[in-house]
Amino acid sequence: MSTLENGIRHSPAIHAPGERQITFSQAIHEAVSEEMARDERVFAIGEDIAVAGSVFKVFVGLFEKFGPERVIDSPISEAGIAGIGVGAAITGMRPIVDIMFCDFATLVMDQLINQAAKTHYMSGGKLTVPMVMRTTLGAGSRTAAQHSQSLHALFSHIPGLKVAIPATPYDAKGLMKSAIRDDNPVVIFEDRALFSQSGPVPEEEYTLPLGQADVKRTGDDITIVATSSMVYAALEAADRLAAAGISAELIDPRTTSPLDTETLIQSARKTSRALVVDEGYRRYGVTGEIASVIADGAFYYLDAPVRRIGAMDVPVPFSPAMEDLTIPNVDNVVETAKAMCGRE
Amino acid sequence: MNETNDTNPGAIELDAEHWLHAYEQMIRIRTFEEAANELYTSARMPGIAHLYIGEEAIAVGICEALRQDDYITSTHRGHGHCLAKGAELDRMFAELLGKEAGYCRGKGGSMHIADQETGNLGANGIVGGSAGIATGAGMSIKLRGTDQVSVCFFGDGALGQGLLYESMNMAQLWKLPVIYVCENNQYGEYTHNSKMAAGSMVGRATAFGVHAQAIDGQDIRTVHATARLVIERARKGGGPAFLVCDTYRFHGHHVGDIDRPYRTRDEEAEWAKRDPVNLLEAWLVESKQAETEVFERIQQDVKAAVDDAVAFALEASFPSESEVERHVYA
Ligand SMILES: Cc1ncc(C[n+]2csc(CCOP(=O)(O)OP(=O)(O)O)c2C)c(N)n1
Ligand SMILES: [Mg+2]
Repeated sequence: MSTLENGIRHSPAIHAPGERQITFSQAIHEAVSEEMARDERVFAIGEDIAVAGSVFKVFVGLFEKFGPERVIDSPISEAGIAGIGVGAAITGMRPIVDIMFCDFATLVMDQLINQAAKTHYMSGGKLTVPMVMRTTLGAGSRTAAQHSQSLHALFSHIPGLKVAIPATPYDAKGLMKSAIRDDNPVVIFEDRALFSQSGPVPEEEYTLPLGQADVKRTGDDITIVATSSMVYAALEAADRLAAAGISAELIDPRTTSPLDTETLIQSARKTSRALVVDEGYRRYGVTGEIASVIADGAFYYLDAPVRRIGAMDVPVPFSPAMEDLTIPNVDNVVETAKAMCGRE
Repeated sequence: MNETNDTNPGAIELDAEHWLHAYEQMIRIRTFEEAANELYTSARMPGIAHLYIGEEAIAVGICEALRQDDYITSTHRGHGHCLAKGAELDRMFAELLGKEAGYCRGKGGSMHIADQETGNLGANGIVGGSAGIATGAGMSIKLRGTDQVSVCFFGDGALGQGLLYESMNMAQLWKLPVIYVCENNQYGEYTHNSKMAAGSMVGRATAFGVHAQAIDGQDIRTVHATARLVIERARKGGGPAFLVCDTYRFHGHHVGDIDRPYRTRDEEAEWAKRDPVNLLEAWLVESKQAETEVFERIQQDVKAAVDDAVAFALEASFPSESEVERHVYA
């Protein structure tokens, strides 16, 4: 699927004509379904994921296909199902633990951070925890502070965990399949706002490596690094920047851990400017790490300090009048990029 | 006092005026919720809301036994608790619409209404998330040496959360004045509790030695009588109690859950026969404490008040931009 351009891997544009188009939600569904068919050790557990097909309808039909032993409705016991995931993974299964909102992933922190992430290391490599925790992120749906966070930075901080944060259906499917096959605990964050987003996904089987960024668009003047739904904001921004004569390169890291530092640095060296956009809280966020990687690796090539845009450092407010102010948007990206290119 | 039904609703003698007040509170909740649903379906309310219709006897039955300075913690399905504890309609609606005049200045919305003046420590978007808070309030009451009590409302789905059990254990160890009220409306989202909760519900509390009872949550007289006993007991240092109130949410899990494929229309019809409002009406009429006209008048008055409150909220202004960064820290 990928071509090489300037030494940077390049996947097809987000809307490639002629190819099969499916939604992000279908892509996740396909990935899980294919992996469950391929490997009988894979099972999924979570609240209302079986009979109801998950509250976001991503798993509709999976229960009918694989039955109650492999698609399991759990009580509202996040810590418990995460623990069951760890234990089952250590003893030969490949669980997918479904946590409806990443805000609720705070309830599984011990199981994930102290148990899953450390078991392989602490056991001197004897035990492995091949489990996936799939969860959702994103603000904008007026669900207030406890149902709107993007907490992927918290997990990216932890050695032993891998973290995927796909933006397109193509990436979602490929990363989910790799996550399931990976021998480590992998947390995959899906943006609820992207579930109905369509994109090209080939019929034939493929996986995507965890730890490989994707160049969503090539450009010369500035590198915009964006994750999850911010990829779409950045794409729109890139269009507007192009109209203003600024050629932006758009890079989606796709996984925050491992992070494809090579691609980020190469691109920043090429364009000499880098702007990082992510929907997590800005403070101590994913943008900070990425900006630092770029500053380190491309320092002598940069014409401007690396800039970053994140969610405001406030709990997400309910009122639409306030919530929208907290989320990075196309205008923020365009304005910052223009300023960085000396074009205010 | 384990698993015994040692309360006798008949033993509580209240005059008609008291019951009519309780009736009005139930009508207030129901009318509020109907208006909230209407605001949602007409796309005037952002986000979602979880309606309390059908469960009114629990919030009102319990809160009528509380003082203003007693505490409650509430849930995602919290409008009923807020109102029963004394919240005003207009500021509630304003919060639902994200307006500055709302109880939380538009920051919380439907799932997070808190009103310290009426002892409401807050609704909660995290299932079971308030079990610790209510117990901590009980701890504070004990340390401050007052005779307040703290009531923790939660759904049957919260029985899946470990925090509840850690909290109940400590409440019993230290005889904290906390009443754990499980609103057993049979479902957590789209799953029946028979698939979520193994074993006995009350047994979960009796295992800790916590006084526990399963009661009819549709009959406000039973709820209220039981509440009075366990609350009085807690005030006097008798320790926590756990009530499992059997009930049913008449609407979907949230305002957008219209089809309800996970339960049958027959089941809904059965529960509709036990509408808490109708049950109280029927008893008041039968015992000759009130006539139908009284109910109609109350309903009309409440409807007018609700209409006014909705109009107020629709008119009210949104918070200004500077509000976003206020209150992150105290
Ligand atoms: C910790 C946590 N897990 C999951 C959810 C999503 N969720 C919201 S309401 C709900 C069902 C709650 O059921 P119950 O406690 O019985 O309350 P009810 O809605 O029936 O009043 C779930 C699973 C949540 N809000 N918090
Ligand atoms: Mg319930």
